Amino acid sequence: MTMRDAEKDGDPIVAHVAGVSHAYGKTKALADISLDIPAGLITGFIGPDGVGKSTLLGLLSGARKLQSGSVHVLQGDMSDKSHRSSLLPHIAYMPQGLGKNLYMDLTVHENLEFFGRLFNQARAEREARIEDLTRSTGLFGFLDRPAGKLSGGMKQKLGLCCALIHDPDLLILDEPTTGVDPLSRRQFWSLIDRIRETRLGMSVLVATAYMDEAESFDWLVAMNDGAVLAQGNPVQIKASGHAESLEEAFVNLLPGNDGKSHEPLTVPPRPDSIDGKAIEAHGLVQKFGNFTAVDHVSFEIERGEIFGFLGSNGCGKTTTMKMLTGLLEPTEGEAWMFGEKIDGKRLESRERVGYMSQSFSLYTELTVAQNLVLHAQLFQMPPGDIPPRVEELTKRFGLENYLDDLPTKLPLGVRQRLSLAIAIVHRPEVLILDEPTSGVDPIARDEFWKLLIDLSRNQGVTIFISTHFMNEGARCDRISLMHAGKVLACAAPQELIKEIGASTLEEAFITYLEDATGEHEEQATQPQLALAVETADVADAQHAAAQTSFSLRRLKAYSIREAKELLRDPVRLAVALAGTMVLMLVFGFGITTDVENLTYAVLDNDQSVESRQYVESLAGSRYFSEEPALKDQTELQTRLRSGDIALAVELPPDFGKDLIKGSVPEVAVTIDGAMPYRAETISGYVDGLHQTYILEQYARVYGEQPDLLSVDIEPRYRYNQDFKSVYAMVPSVLALLLLFIPAILTAVSVVREKELGSITNLYVTPISRFEFLVGKQLPYIGIGLVNFTLMALMAVFVFDVPIKGSLPTLLLGAVIYIFTTTAFGLFFSTFTRTQVAAIAGTAIGTMLPAVQFSGLMQPVSSLEGVGAFIGATYPMSHFLLISVGTFTKGLGLMDLSANFLALAPAGPLLLAASVLLLPKQEP
Amino acid sequence: MRQLRNILRLGIKELYSLRRDVVLLILIGWAFSVGIYAAASGFSVDLRNAAIAIVDEDRSQLTIRIRDALLPPEFKEPVLISFPEIDPGMDTGTYSFVLVFPDGFEQDVLAGNQPEVQVNIDATATMQAGIGANYIANIISQEITRFSAELGETTSLPLELVTRFAFNPNLTSSWFSSVMELINNVTMLTVVLTGAAFIREREHGTLEHLMVMPVSPFEIMMAKVWANGLVIVVAVAFALWVVIETMLKVPIAGSIPLFLLGTTLYLFFASALGILLGTIARSMPQFGLLFILIVLPMNLLSGGETPLESQPILLQSFMRLVPSTQFVSFAQAILYRGAGFDIVWFEFLTVTLVGLALFALAAHRFRSSISTGK
Repeated sequence: MTMRDAEKDGDPIVAHVAGVSHAYGKTKALADISLDIPAGLITGFIGPDGVGKSTLLGLLSGARKLQSGSVHVLQGDMSDKSHRSSLLPHIAYMPQGLGKNLYMDLTVHENLEFFGRLFNQARAEREARIEDLTRSTGLFGFLDRPAGKLSGGMKQKLGLCCALIHDPDLLILDEPTTGVDPLSRRQFWSLIDRIRETRLGMSVLVATAYMDEAESFDWLVAMNDGAVLAQGNPVQIKASGHAESLEEAFVNLLPGNDGKSHEPLTVPPRPDSIDGKAIEAHGLVQKFGNFTAVDHVSFEIERGEIFGFLGSNGCGKTTTMKMLTGLLEPTEGEAWMFGEKIDGKRLESRERVGYMSQSFSLYTELTVAQNLVLHAQLFQMPPGDIPPRVEELTKRFGLENYLDDLPTKLPLGVRQRLSLAIAIVHRPEVLILDEPTSGVDPIARDEFWKLLIDLSRNQGVTIFISTHFMNEGARCDRISLMHAGKVLACAAPQELIKEIGASTLEEAFITYLEDATGEHEEQATQPQLALAVETADVADAQHAAAQTSFSLRRLKAYSIREAKELLRDPVRLAVALAGTMVLMLVFGFGITTDVENLTYAVLDNDQSVESRQYVESLAGSRYFSEEPALKDQTELQTRLRSGDIALAVELPPDFGKDLIKGSVPEVAVTIDGAMPYRAETISGYVDGLHQTYILEQYARVYGEQPDLLSVDIEPRYRYNQDFKSVYAMVPSVLALLLLFIPAILTAVSVVREKELGSITNLYVTPISRFEFLVGKQLPYIGIGLVNFTLMALMAVFVFDVPIKGSLPTLLLGAVIYIFTTTAFGLFFSTFTRTQVAAIAGTAIGTMLPAVQFSGLMQPVSSLEGVGAFIGATYPMSHFLLISVGTFTKGLGLMDLSANFLALAPAGPLLLAASVLLLPKQEP
Repeated sequence: MRQLRNILRLGIKELYSLRRDVVLLILIGWAFSVGIYAAASGFSVDLRNAAIAIVDEDRSQLTIRIRDALLPPEFKEPVLISFPEIDPGMDTGTYSFVLVFPDGFEQDVLAGNQPEVQVNIDATATMQAGIGANYIANIISQEITRFSAELGETTSLPLELVTRFAFNPNLTSSWFSSVMELINNVTMLTVVLTGAAFIREREHGTLEHLMVMPVSPFEIMMAKVWANGLVIVVAVAFALWVVIETMLKVPIAGSIPLFLLGTTLYLFFASALGILLGTIARSMPQFGLLFILIVLPMNLLSGGETPLESQPILLQSFMRLVPSTQFVSFAQAILYRGAGFDIVWFEFLTVTLVGLALFALAAHRFRSSISTGK
């Protein structure tokens, strides 16, 4: 069915999905989905984590590459590359996760500027839009604050601004409000509503795990296990699920759950027997630098109580919990557990606590059973008690079928149960659970709560839990509402609701938040959305501009961004600049092939005038330094063995007499052969000294030169008359370091975005791969040139190695070389998935060839086999010759033209390979 | 007792993690077998394949004999070039050596006129230049002696020099490079293994989880040290016995158990260094940079690549405090020279002391690096 056919049927559609399947390795994410999405509406995709919502949205936005089936968006086929690139300026996509497409080191203004440039907006237009958007979202006052320092709600607002900067026709939001406080959530949606009023016809697609949000959407697609369960407006969905609420309807719609109503969870009341406090906290403060994460938090938790911390991501819940476990020392304030002051160094008190962190903290390389046993052992349970305890827990937590599996293979819900089992394996009196249920579907969440209730009510365990789900908060005996490091209120959930006069906990929380921040919803709406003024013509013109095949502005967007990030990371910058200088200093002085200061000792068995003359001839050499004489053969052996001397000279008895008689005495020299290169060189020195001695003797006795040698061998040490290795090594080290450092720096640049998620901006904006890569490369080329300048200055002024040849030639070579080495790092960065792999790959790809095959130690011409091939093609071999050539050999461009010709193609080839290897869509 | 039990159990856990990490295992396997074999047989520090050219203006029997005596493996087949080709050939690094025989060379030799042979040496190829010049000089005089002997003229020296190389009579470079590669790999892998594992566990939150259990940083670190140390010691023993002694046929003069004892002490130092770097770096990229900054000089300047004596005194005395230098020194002493404990005890002591200092420093930073790691 084509797009036009669908429209003939009635309502216009924004996207048409037919027979789409998608798999990650063996895991199926989407199974043969077909779907029409109506235009101009808010369409919600609902369902628990891992059912394929994100995958589907990724395909619709063009961020993800289609595997099978067809997807048409805004009248275009998403598998057609040219169509897709012409569509990109019309689509905006906000990936899942707080601020995933933002750059945390950049300020609000810089982030928006970056996106404006990506859509090819000139400065005036960009600034006008930034002001409009930030004024209408309440971010205007925070333009200079780094995105990383914004609250979760503000990050999402900024993400939305970035998505809206180019006036999209289709806005795709993947779980935009997960982990955000309820007030920000409400503000977020009213913002969306207002934008839709001004931009009529804009379609919005949203994935969400909050069913209450979904109630207000125009159209819903309920998904489970990679398939569509039902679609329709909320009323229709509830009707087909035979339920009052969407959540229940959804549970009922699940296959195998036909009509059987999911039993709502009830919490039995807590017995009144109060036997004292489990945890007390007074005025806890935690500061990280000048940022206050927790601001004077106090509370008391009674024994056997379920106490909840309710608040958004980043409001200080985790930090407070860490202080209670002793992981963090409070900056101020005190906390007690069972009347004892909490001290992180006391091991005994840890046995009374069970802790489950946000990340579950399982040993992914141990099986489920091994994880349980290890933790039981570490808590010093008697060996006899461990097997029954493990068996008991496996049964109660339903882990029987998973005992031999690795945790990574388990569904999220099971992994969560395992974490809880581990946390209670030693029967702690207090459980501290940090967001244990985030990302888990409603049914699994209820199962988890049943276990908690059992622990609290039947075993008297005190539970301290944090969550951002309101319905979970309502289940606690008492809760603390947290915001921005402060406790807003602390009481039983019902009391909180009553006190405010609200109907739900969410409403109550919002009221408290509004009181605390002084930020009321009406105020946020005050500034009129100026976007409304804009006519369709302007938008179209802008979309057309965004489509040009090459744009310097887009390239600049990435260069500026990368440079700013680099400048704000002191460690990387320090290593790049100071590290290079230190290594230059250390290697320049340290890597020397001169063999000097050799220790030797003499065993003189003759002690005649002649023998002493011979010994003196050795002592005169600048290469040798004499150690105390040897007494006998045994001492000679021992001292060689201990490395005390590198060379032993033995003169036979009657040396002097035999020499005079002409009966040719033998001088025996023993050289430490442990280091062959050194031994070889020593042997050469000794040969030379020996010859000199003979000639001098001869001349003294006969008064003329002997005709021993029939030729006069005249060695000419070219380029380096003194034959000091520093003249060759310093220019070589320069080449070596200009390879390592720039390559390592660029090696993480792309893969870092992959790990952090901001790579999405490459997928869903009009930037081309070439612009992206070169844009990223430029700042590093700049750093490389600074490094080069510093090292060249050091070579001349610290090492006294003058540039004898042409300076412009050296400079030109350095520019080409740095371009090549930065491209080398980029190349590794494009196809690796993790920063570790990129660094390891680059290290392996540079270390061996650079040290052994590039002419640093051995000339390339003397290599053979694979080494010779690598040496001939590796960029460093050629720049090494350029560097040594211009510094020490005194050469110019013409003399080195062959090396330039060999060096030049490497950079463009590496860059081209990187462009080809870097996908423009997520695979 | 309780400490020992915890150390044992956590160490066993480390071994399990290692077993699951296929990539790392392959890397270790490669580094201690093929890696060493390749380094020993592929790259040599002595004269190999030196590129040599000859300007022969004499073209006599004698010059041809000298040319023929410049043989592989030390030299590549000499290339005959003309006088003007010398400069460009050497400028581009095509030839490392160029010999120039003047016209009438052979006649002058026979006449006892001592003609001049010019040996041009590319002195920027420092490792080859000195040794090569020596070789060439020896070959020329040998050939001339032989040539004149055939013509019935004998020359005799009043004094003989007998040179013997102790511990490695033929100066086989694979004896040297195999063991040095082994040492480099030990340093590199141990530091990466412990440091990267520390950071990974911190990022996964498992270290944090350990810190809320009755386990101390000392126990956690000791567990890592013994488990990773064990793996590397086994790999070293394998590399020594199978790869170096059996396959590369390097005779080992001293006691392998003594060397392994020293290696164990060194591993203690290297794992402590790895953990320390892990506590300093806040992310994997930072660790990568730190690693290069620290380990590269440790490997290149420890005396395993170039002679230690030639370094400036200040650097030399600093490097003598670095355990990798001590490791290279006692490895050479034990393996080549057959030294016993009485000779190497001081190196062992230095390595242990530096190891202890770093271990204490890492333990000190341990707790604070975990809680502020996020």
